[in-house]
Amino acid sequence: MSTIAESTAPVSAAIATTAQIRSWKIPITFGGFAVLSLILFVVLGRGQRGELSTFRLSEARDLIQLPEMALPTFATGVIIAIVLVLLAAASVWLVYRHRKIPIVLTILFALLFLVGFLAWAASGSTIPVPGLLIGTVTLSAPLIFGALGGVLSERAGVVNVAIEAQLLAGAFSSAVVASATGNPYIGLLAAMVAGALVSMVLAAFALKYLVDQVIVGVVLNVLVIGLTSFLYSQVLAPSANLNSPDVFPRLNIPLLSEIPIIGPVLFRQTIIVYIMYVAVAVVYFGLFRTKWGLRVRAVGEHPQAADTVGINVNRTRFVAVTLGGVISGFGGAYFTLGAVGAFNKEMTNGMGFIALAAVIFGQWHPIKATLAALLFGFATNLQNVLGIIGSPVPSEFMLMLPYVVTIFAVAGFVGRSRAPAADGKPYIK
Amino acid sequence: MSDLTAPAAPAPAAPAAGPGRKDGSERWTQSLRDITGGSAMISILAVVFALVVGAILIAFTNERVQETAGYFFSRPADLLQAVWDAVAGAYSALFQGSIYNFRAQNFLTAIRPLTETLTFATPLIAAGLGVGLAFRVGMFNIGGRGQMLIAAGAAGYVAFAVELPAGIHLIVAILAGLLGGAIWGGIVGLLKARTGAHEVIVTIMLNFVALYLIQFLLRTPGALQAPGSNNPKTPPMLSTAVFPDLFGPRYNLHAGFLTVIAATIFVWWLLSRSNLGFQFRAVGQNPSAARVAGINVKNVYLYAMAISGALVGLAGINQVLGTVTTGFGSGIDAGIGFDAITVALLGRSKPWGIFAAGILFGAFKAGGFSMQAAEGVPIDIVVVVQALIVLFIAAPPLVRAMFHLPTPGTTRKPKISAVKASKSNEVVAK
Repeated sequence: MSTIAESTAPVSAAIATTAQIRSWKIPITFGGFAVLSLILFVVLGRGQRGELSTFRLSEARDLIQLPEMALPTFATGVIIAIVLVLLAAASVWLVYRHRKIPIVLTILFALLFLVGFLAWAASGSTIPVPGLLIGTVTLSAPLIFGALGGVLSERAGVVNVAIEAQLLAGAFSSAVVASATGNPYIGLLAAMVAGALVSMVLAAFALKYLVDQVIVGVVLNVLVIGLTSFLYSQVLAPSANLNSPDVFPRLNIPLLSEIPIIGPVLFRQTIIVYIMYVAVAVVYFGLFRTKWGLRVRAVGEHPQAADTVGINVNRTRFVAVTLGGVISGFGGAYFTLGAVGAFNKEMTNGMGFIALAAVIFGQWHPIKATLAALLFGFATNLQNVLGIIGSPVPSEFMLMLPYVVTIFAVAGFVGRSRAPAADGKPYIK
Repeated sequence: MSDLTAPAAPAPAAPAAGPGRKDGSERWTQSLRDITGGSAMISILAVVFALVVGAILIAFTNERVQETAGYFFSRPADLLQAVWDAVAGAYSALFQGSIYNFRAQNFLTAIRPLTETLTFATPLIAAGLGVGLAFRVGMFNIGGRGQMLIAAGAAGYVAFAVELPAGIHLIVAILAGLLGGAIWGGIVGLLKARTGAHEVIVTIMLNFVALYLIQFLLRTPGALQAPGSNNPKTPPMLSTAVFPDLFGPRYNLHAGFLTVIAATIFVWWLLSRSNLGFQFRAVGQNPSAARVAGINVKNVYLYAMAISGALVGLAGINQVLGTVTTGFGSGIDAGIGFDAITVALLGRSKPWGIFAAGILFGAFKAGGFSMQAAEGVPIDIVVVVQALIVLFIAAPPLVRAMFHLPTPGTTRKPKISAVKASKSNEVVAK
């Protein structure tokens, strides 16, 4: 992964000196989506006989009831398509005049496209907006934990491909320990310990034995999948009492949970999600506002310089990687204690790799990685919701959508994401 | 990622670098040190150690062992006997399922497991070559699943829906599959070259896109779905497009194995004898230096990923035209795309290394199934053993430290431990 960092440096320098190069990436992406919206909402427009698309904004048990929003499907689609075309034209004009495209414009574009798409898909039926968003936060939880763990480790200069292994180890040990002790909180602790153990193996091989970090990561994934599957077949499957942990209930936070839309989405979740909010804030604060975080970033960017000023590079890296494992492992507990209530073979099902994608998509920044993880969670849940109300497109294409959007986003908006300079390189004095 | 090709394998320093003149006995000790600490020894010890860990796991989870452990102090022999039975039973089933079956009536039946091993190894080698090639160019191809599925879909469609004379049909089907894999891999290379999109993200995403695309096609009549069926499965391949059996119908081994041998020779030629391969390796070592030397790095990314995708696609082709010819579903990739990563790592991204690693993993797979059937040991133990082998082979200093082996190329220095010595050796190698 060091290739990226090496190849970007001269390119960005070239841009800085000439400063007259226009980047057409965003206009092209906007244009593509504008054309797509014209085709979907206008040419293939649904609801031409006056159907309505209804957005339900409140759940039945909410104190403050918002009215349902009913939009005429076809008219909404046409208006949104026209606005999107105008926005795309505006972006072309801005780039042509060498102006920067404001981030607000991008967010507005994405939101409008989303509303247009939802209206189009929900022609003649109702979309439960709170349900859509609640599921998004819930489904994103393991991704966010995994991505935070990955960010911590990679900021310190150790490539972490083993997020999948950390999640799976956390899921397995939390299920077993919570069942054996009858206390899900001890299960959470066990998940953290398991994640940390996986990380320590990664760190030991990467830092002490100087094995290529991608190799260790991939092998650890395979190893943990094999170990947990083997133990599941041999130990858990025959005796069910080792694999039936209590699942955390949803906790409503008084007052906050009654705020319209935001309340149910953010404050009627399980304790795992609440700890996730804290974890995001702590990782951000720790990395960017503390002396320790400065050191972690220093050993990830320029270990030699850090060593010169007296920072113990390998010890700092070891601690950061282990903490990353603690966080990822905690996320693994979501699968067993937060959702399913039992361990299954390979139950993380590639989520660790999506979390890895979120780390890179989020440019190795905890907040951006969290947003990327939320995007994946949203897309997954959107497909679930549209599957229930009856989607006009084949469900496979709905399932495909988040991944296609990610490819477009990575190619169009993010472009060359720059890894920490020393990511993946062992430090040898 | 520049040192992926030779993961932490310290280049043995030239013997001439040794201090001063040596008499005969010293030279002998020196040779002995080089052999016992060398990479063949490390590989053997890694396999042995991984099997020992596997044995411990098998013994610990065995019911009879747990029973006898309860009265260990009154009758310890029972426990030892149970451990021996569990471990020996499992490993002898593994051996008899993968290499030679002693219980068979005659030689032709007894050797059948070996052909099974080669059958399982065929797609592993092909996909391993693809992943390994990408490693050599400094890229990580986790998109094996998607590339295999697209290639299988393309080859399979030609094989069951197009009618051509025998021979030509097979070749056209293979070409269609290779093209499918090359396109699916090429998209990644193109995006990386033109927009800088990270290949790890794009390959992971394309895995899912390919999976859902194939699932959609498998339930769409007229595309991949068998006519008159509601199952998401294709019709059987036409006999003109199926790889012929190599040793007759008694064995599953098919001519796909020959394509894999050809692919190995091709990759060897490409990497070590061709101009393009030189550019590949140059970019893999240092893209900036390669660009300065006048190599078009962007094109290298595109070509490398396309060839890598085609090679991984060959694994998919082998699955549908050789192993499962009665029609396939969306699980046809059978996790080979991910196994290929470990195969490539074990083979150190070198063509013949990958060939050998593929056969070893094929043996584990073939033996694992018979072990599960005969002894009830879950096949997952094989995955654990494979992972441990790769882990230990990737870390020679660890194995040397565990077995107190000397570091090759160094002379006896009592004060420096093996690990430290190899570290300093590492610096010299860089």
